[in-house]
Amino acid sequence: MTNAVQTGRPTLLRTKRQGSLAAAAGWVVVAVLVIAFPALHNVYFLYLATLVAINVIGATGLNLTVGYAGILSIGHSAFMGVGAYVGALMMLYLGTPLLLNIVVGALAAFLVGLVFAIPALRIKGVFLAVATLAAQFMLYFIFRQWGAVTGGDRGLTLPVTNIFGLGDVGFYYFTVLVAALLCLFCRNLFRTRVGRAFIAVRERDYAATVLGIDVVRTKLLAFGLGAAYAGVAGVLNSMYLRVVNPEQFTLTVSIFFLAAIIVGGRASILGSILGAAFMTLMPEALRLLLDAGGAATGRDLIAVTSPLRELVFGVMIVAFLMFEPRGLMGFYERLRGRAEVLGAEAEVH
Amino acid sequence: MDVLSQFVEYSVIGIASGGIYILAALGFVVVYKASNVFNFALGEMMMMGAYFFFGVVVQLHFGTLVGLPIALIGSAVLAMLIERFLLRPMLGRPVIVLVMITFGLGSILRGLAAIVWTSDVLTIPDFLPRQPLFIGSILVPGKLAWGFIVAMVISLSFIAYYRFSRAGIALRATSSDLTTAEGLGIDARRAFAQTWAISGALSATAGLILASINGLTPQLGGVVIDIIAVVFLGGISSVGGVVIAGLFIGWLETILGAYLGANWQSFLPFLVVLLVMMFRPRGLFGEKRIERI
Repeated sequence: MTNAVQTGRPTLLRTKRQGSLAAAAGWVVVAVLVIAFPALHNVYFLYLATLVAINVIGATGLNLTVGYAGILSIGHSAFMGVGAYVGALMMLYLGTPLLLNIVVGALAAFLVGLVFAIPALRIKGVFLAVATLAAQFMLYFIFRQWGAVTGGDRGLTLPVTNIFGLGDVGFYYFTVLVAALLCLFCRNLFRTRVGRAFIAVRERDYAATVLGIDVVRTKLLAFGLGAAYAGVAGVLNSMYLRVVNPEQFTLTVSIFFLAAIIVGGRASILGSILGAAFMTLMPEALRLLLDAGGAATGRDLIAVTSPLRELVFGVMIVAFLMFEPRGLMGFYERLRGRAEVLGAEAEVH
Repeated sequence: MDVLSQFVEYSVIGIASGGIYILAALGFVVVYKASNVFNFALGEMMMMGAYFFFGVVVQLHFGTLVGLPIALIGSAVLAMLIERFLLRPMLGRPVIVLVMITFGLGSILRGLAAIVWTSDVLTIPDFLPRQPLFIGSILVPGKLAWGFIVAMVISLSFIAYYRFSRAGIALRATSSDLTTAEGLGIDARRAFAQTWAISGALSATAGLILASINGLTPQLGGVVIDIIAVVFLGGISSVGGVVIAGLFIGWLETILGAYLGANWQSFLPFLVVLLVMMFRPRGLFGEKRIERI
């Protein structure tokens, strides 16, 4: 109280400034940690971190489509596959640089996404979801069947991508950079007319029409952008693992991404990051736990590893939906003392 | 001539396997009609029915005649528990929540089944005659033929029950207008529980037939994808359309598998579904209750 009088500023402004300062400090700490991470010199951790960064890109894209625009997509991994195959083919046959591969891969995924979003011109809700399910199966079929181009079930094997001459560390930095830029783009998008239109369409499409928003174009764009993000993730994934095959792009992977944004928090970029990290690391943590448990009890727990993983995966989804619908974001907001965030439980058509 | 008779034989086998789809798809449609829940865990409910049967008959050494009713009742009870504790609290939440709950549930059931019964392929005791059936000169494998007959009898009697019985009319009233139905004294909660119980029993029957033909693994539930194709082709709100669509998808898949290879089996049905979504979203026989932009 006295402070406010002395400085002559309302308390509200001060706390807001302090808040943003704290946030900035937080981001600096995160950035330093991320940059210093390879100093651990642990190949396994570096591998996981790169995987997390790739999945963050994929999850952010899906959140754009599902969380912000309210279009349920069950075919996200198929668009990832489009990017992965396009990027890999360009690398193999044209020898183009990584950045160009990423751009073209994203563009290809965007266009293929638009094709499958055509049913969105007429239908919505769960019917549209089934159309995306059709995209999943049809693209998966093409990946497997078009052997001359995609290498069929064996897929394609790629040469090493060496970025900054740093090997895996370089790839880690590059992926993190791309992920950060794409997250930033997404954040800024929702401060523009286009991004706000996504949310308006999600909330009430009739009202959005009245406001002069072209609902069909907005939905197509939201779907295509989500697919483009998936395409970027796909290119990076194939370059990193140096192999592309159809098994990387199954329905299970699409559900993995849906689970990531449920667990992380819908319509939230930080939520996508947290969710992708959590869902990528959770199975690994479970495996380590079982290994330790097996060593301690002398029993072989390998056999139950994969069923248990499936069980925990399902429990995660159900538990978050029932008890914390806003996901890890909900936890985070509560930690920061913010009670409710509007729109987090918005209706998805 | 030989080519033709082979085609006819494949067609008959395909249509026969469509019977299982009809049974499961009916289980899908009743739940959707009543509560708008899109049950992706239906395949896992089929699987659990077959595992219940296996547990009672093989592991607890009861007879088949004891095992069948216990498996069906167990599945119905499981379905009611799912409805009561997972889906009823979620009523009115966005579509993505309902869909993801059922995906999560499917994953849980799959994991549990693999932990309890391992991931190996199990053979469940025969409850269908092995004796092959001859239609003219065409041989239909016994289990498939009898499975089809059982599936059709149950499906048609369910449709009759749903259409004509007092309880069925109450269910349909609840589906078409919840508030009015409650105003007329129909207990909507009981109706929801009933539809899930029916769905559980129908899908368990389908699961039992499928498991007795193909063997039983935790992955049996993957068939839900074909069932979704059936449901959307027939029109999600149409009970009658499902019958025709089920036979058609069963036929299409077998023909494709026989002439083009197994890869095509999951592809073309979905191409059909995508085309239906583009040109006639309410399905071939669905009501005109589709949400459009």
